[in-house]
Amino acid sequence: MDDLLSDFLTESAENLEVIDVELVRFESQPHDKDTLNNIFRLVHTIKGTCGFLGLPRLEAVAHAGETLLGRFRDGALKVTPESVTLVLRSIDRIKELLAHLGATQVEPEGDDRELIAALEAAAEAAPQAADPAPPVEDLMAEMALDPDIPPEGEGRWDADQKRWLRPGEVSLADLEAAFRAADGPADIVNVKQPESDEPETKKGAVGASTIRVNVEVLESLMTMVSELVLTRNQLIQMVRAKEDSEFKAPLQRLSAITGELQDSVMKTRMQPIGSAWKKLPRIVRDTCQDLDKKIELEMEGETTELDRQVLELIRDPLTHMIRNSCDHGVESPEDRVAAGKPATGLIRLRAYHEGGHILIEVADDGAGLKTERIRQKAIERGIVDPSEAHTMTDQQVHRLVFAPGFSTAAKVTNLSGRGVGMDVVKTNVELIGGTVDVRSKQGEGTTFLIKIPLTLAIISALIVGVAGQRFAVPQLSVIELVRAGGEQKIEYIKNTRVLRLRDRLLPLVGLADVLDVRGGGSGGGSGDGRAAASDFAYVVVMQVGETRFGLIVDEVFDTEEIVVKPLSKRLGQIVEYSGATILGDGSVILILDPNGVAKSVAGVERSVRRAVNAEADPETAAVQKMSMLLFRAGGEEPRACPLSLVTRLEDLDASTFESTQRGMVVQYRGKLMPLVHGAGMHCIAREGRQPVLVFGQGEHAIGLAVDEILDIIEERLDIEIADTAPGVLGTAVLKGRSTQIMDIGYFLSQADERWAVATTQSDAPQPRQRVLLVEAHPFFRNLLGPLIGAAGYDVTIASTPEEAMQRMTRSGFDIVVADADAPDFAAKLKSAIEQSKSPETALIPLSSRGDCEAGDIGPAVAKSDRHALLNALEWAARSRSRAA
Amino acid sequence: MSTKAEFVTFRIGGQIFGAAVADIQDVFRPHSIAPVPRAQREIAGLLNLRGRIVTAIDARTRLGLADRPADAPAPLAIGFERDGETYGLVIDEIGDVISLDVGALEHNPVNLDPIWASVSLGVHRLDDTLLVIMDIDKMLGLVGVDASQAA
Repeated sequence: MDDLLSDFLTESAENLEVIDVELVRFESQPHDKDTLNNIFRLVHTIKGTCGFLGLPRLEAVAHAGETLLGRFRDGALKVTPESVTLVLRSIDRIKELLAHLGATQVEPEGDDRELIAALEAAAEAAPQAADPAPPVEDLMAEMALDPDIPPEGEGRWDADQKRWLRPGEVSLADLEAAFRAADGPADIVNVKQPESDEPETKKGAVGASTIRVNVEVLESLMTMVSELVLTRNQLIQMVRAKEDSEFKAPLQRLSAITGELQDSVMKTRMQPIGSAWKKLPRIVRDTCQDLDKKIELEMEGETTELDRQVLELIRDPLTHMIRNSCDHGVESPEDRVAAGKPATGLIRLRAYHEGGHILIEVADDGAGLKTERIRQKAIERGIVDPSEAHTMTDQQVHRLVFAPGFSTAAKVTNLSGRGVGMDVVKTNVELIGGTVDVRSKQGEGTTFLIKIPLTLAIISALIVGVAGQRFAVPQLSVIELVRAGGEQKIEYIKNTRVLRLRDRLLPLVGLADVLDVRGGGSGGGSGDGRAAASDFAYVVVMQVGETRFGLIVDEVFDTEEIVVKPLSKRLGQIVEYSGATILGDGSVILILDPNGVAKSVAGVERSVRRAVNAEADPETAAVQKMSMLLFRAGGEEPRACPLSLVTRLEDLDASTFESTQRGMVVQYRGKLMPLVHGAGMHCIAREGRQPVLVFGQGEHAIGLAVDEILDIIEERLDIEIADTAPGVLGTAVLKGRSTQIMDIGYFLSQADERWAVATTQSDAPQPRQRVLLVEAHPFFRNLLGPLIGAAGYDVTIASTPEEAMQRMTRSGFDIVVADADAPDFAAKLKSAIEQSKSPETALIPLSSRGDCEAGDIGPAVAKSDRHALLNALEWAARSRSRAA
Repeated sequence: MSTKAEFVTFRIGGQIFGAAVADIQDVFRPHSIAPVPRAQREIAGLLNLRGRIVTAIDARTRLGLADRPADAPAPLAIGFERDGETYGLVIDEIGDVISLDVGALEHNPVNLDPIWASVSLGVHRLDDTLLVIMDIDKMLGLVGVDASQAA
């Protein structure tokens, strides 16, 4: 491309960006002459150069725009949003023309008569100022133009262009003279407005000392410096091995210079974030016009610098977020006034450095996120299951706006709600190793927070080892390094490893498991179950988005600055890696992608998150979440029982089953175990294999024969219908299917007389009473929890009196059912109730021996006697409601 | 007059293969290959070749042959560059460069093992042996790899 033309294009593109910003500002402050002058000058420059380069279409549009601007400048025309829109339209047209010009080097066909006519009409509509001369004089002086130029409107012959000048046009010769007379544009501004604090105007002063460099040159420079850094690292390692080497001193110097060079080259890639913000005021303005809102955009920290590669990548997400804030964040002026806020909304965009990161905040003072609406929407869209959604904290619900396929826009506007939403923002930001978060306060506004690394090319990484191989973990995602063992040992929930870290449960995964490498490594990394885990392990605590997890590794080496090299196409699809690098010793190692690793953690994290939630928010999460064993027993529909009730899952040889008078039995672990079937005795297999769920309590094991074991799931158990069929506690929706929850107690009673209890359901008392079940033994917790729930009570479960007391201080209960077997349980609770907010709470002691007296509380109810328990509950509930 | 083309010959298992000379960047002895867990089986790993990261592909695994015996001489690798990325094909032995008549290339025998057929452009009859001309892009798994072959 012609040098002249390409320079023009680059320059015009920059000028147009400035014009956008300035025009929006001008609209709000129509009397700011400096702003107008600046716009006028920029448009004029474009127009002038167009004429020079022989681009008639561009020139005509620019001219018409300039004429209208001239009217504003003269004060002949009042600035209205309509007229500014018109000018913006001409700017847009200029941009289109320029884009075409850039692609094809010629102006596109077509004409702009309509636009020009509109612009001219707007300009003509202006009542002629009584005496236009003085303001023009003023302005000419301010513009440092030659005051000899006659006022506009007088047709003049321009010798250079060989044609008559258009209204308001200045001849090239005059212009040339004027520009020569003028100081640099920066100086004009500074001289005219020394007190100005506007960043735009300040930037001008820097302009003079900068040059344009092709981005490719910078990129190749960066690559070479990266190579140099690697070579230096290699050299250092070699020299380090030698006791005293003559290379030491020069190498040190080389090392220092390389470091400085690296810094300097990095700096060349840095750009102020403001350059990505230039479009935003215009976007806010246009959005406001479209939506009839009033929003002010406040920007802070435009000069914060970051790598241009990163900058390019956040440009679109930022634009989207601003649009989003305008559209969904800030309310309409009427709503705002009604809520006692100023009619004009405020969006604050703020950027600042924080320890190797850039933080960008997009804050609006709107209505805040509608938690319930989001929750409901997320359920509708199937992003979370309903039970999960209701146990989530507000913060967790707010974060659902980042979930793929989420958009709360009630109506689809042309601004947002086009199917892409915040999930795209999140994806883009995470792509560059950043994170997004949201904070919202009902009625006060929403703040989106983006945290991104300064640069991508060279990263600091922690080198870890597993199974004899080394891997690099980007330091950005590493929060801390923990050596587990001794006091801080790895614990298990089923086969999931967790670590108690400062009173939080941290889900753990072995890097060996993630990468599927075994052998060679010692202990922690290659843990496939409890047996393989040694007492000591290194845990790299990582944070990816909102997921925090621990990565178990065998060894931890030091941290190194590494140059990220992309993996070949052949390996690109493995999500666990983000690239590879060559270490100082020349060996190649893979760089783990924290996002990819987190994905393989997701399953683990999900289950642990519930445990964490349970800790953080026991009120909501403790009782409802339960591991359920799904099976089939007579019929196609699934049935379920609490997994914790099941001692073992067995697959027994049916030929070993024996019939006795009291039913079927089988030799199991040296004892006779009674067998029952979920759908009647006749369903037990006579030959082949028979899956059996073994329930055991103490000496007594009972086998429940089923047709097929389906799955183990973890779900909130919400029994919906108290079914009266024997052996069924009720129905709950598990995995989207209506599932019968089996009353294990019923089957146990069938098999063992000791468990004989009545199976009739009591009528549920009205209204729902709140029952706190305090029970030390998990078996009974799991048995009685669902039972009480199924009888129509609202159950909360606690395992210790301390926990129970905590619950009681938080919310009142109508009835407390307490384990009287454990020492002091009942007594402690009795005093706790007496001191609590509701001292009239009924207390039902429970005992595994039905006949005992529980201290001074009264006779205990047998734990195995469900009928007695339900009667006791009903009695207590009735007396409560009578009292109330 | 017939057109001649030059081929580098190399041995994988018992078979002699040929690849166009122009395709080949260099031949080197791979050392300290870093395995890539979770990658396909034929990916031997990554190695550092004069400051470049090379993706090494094990020809034996790719062709479904038995692993190299432990007492075999150290393997060699042929370097190829594709789309700015360097690949190394780990082979057993390198042979001579020979000049062959382009017209003499024969089609793959129809009963050739499907994996082999997918990476072979055809067969040349030499005096004492058959020379399989290798389609390097396919051998490296860059094009036309369907799931069954990649597994």
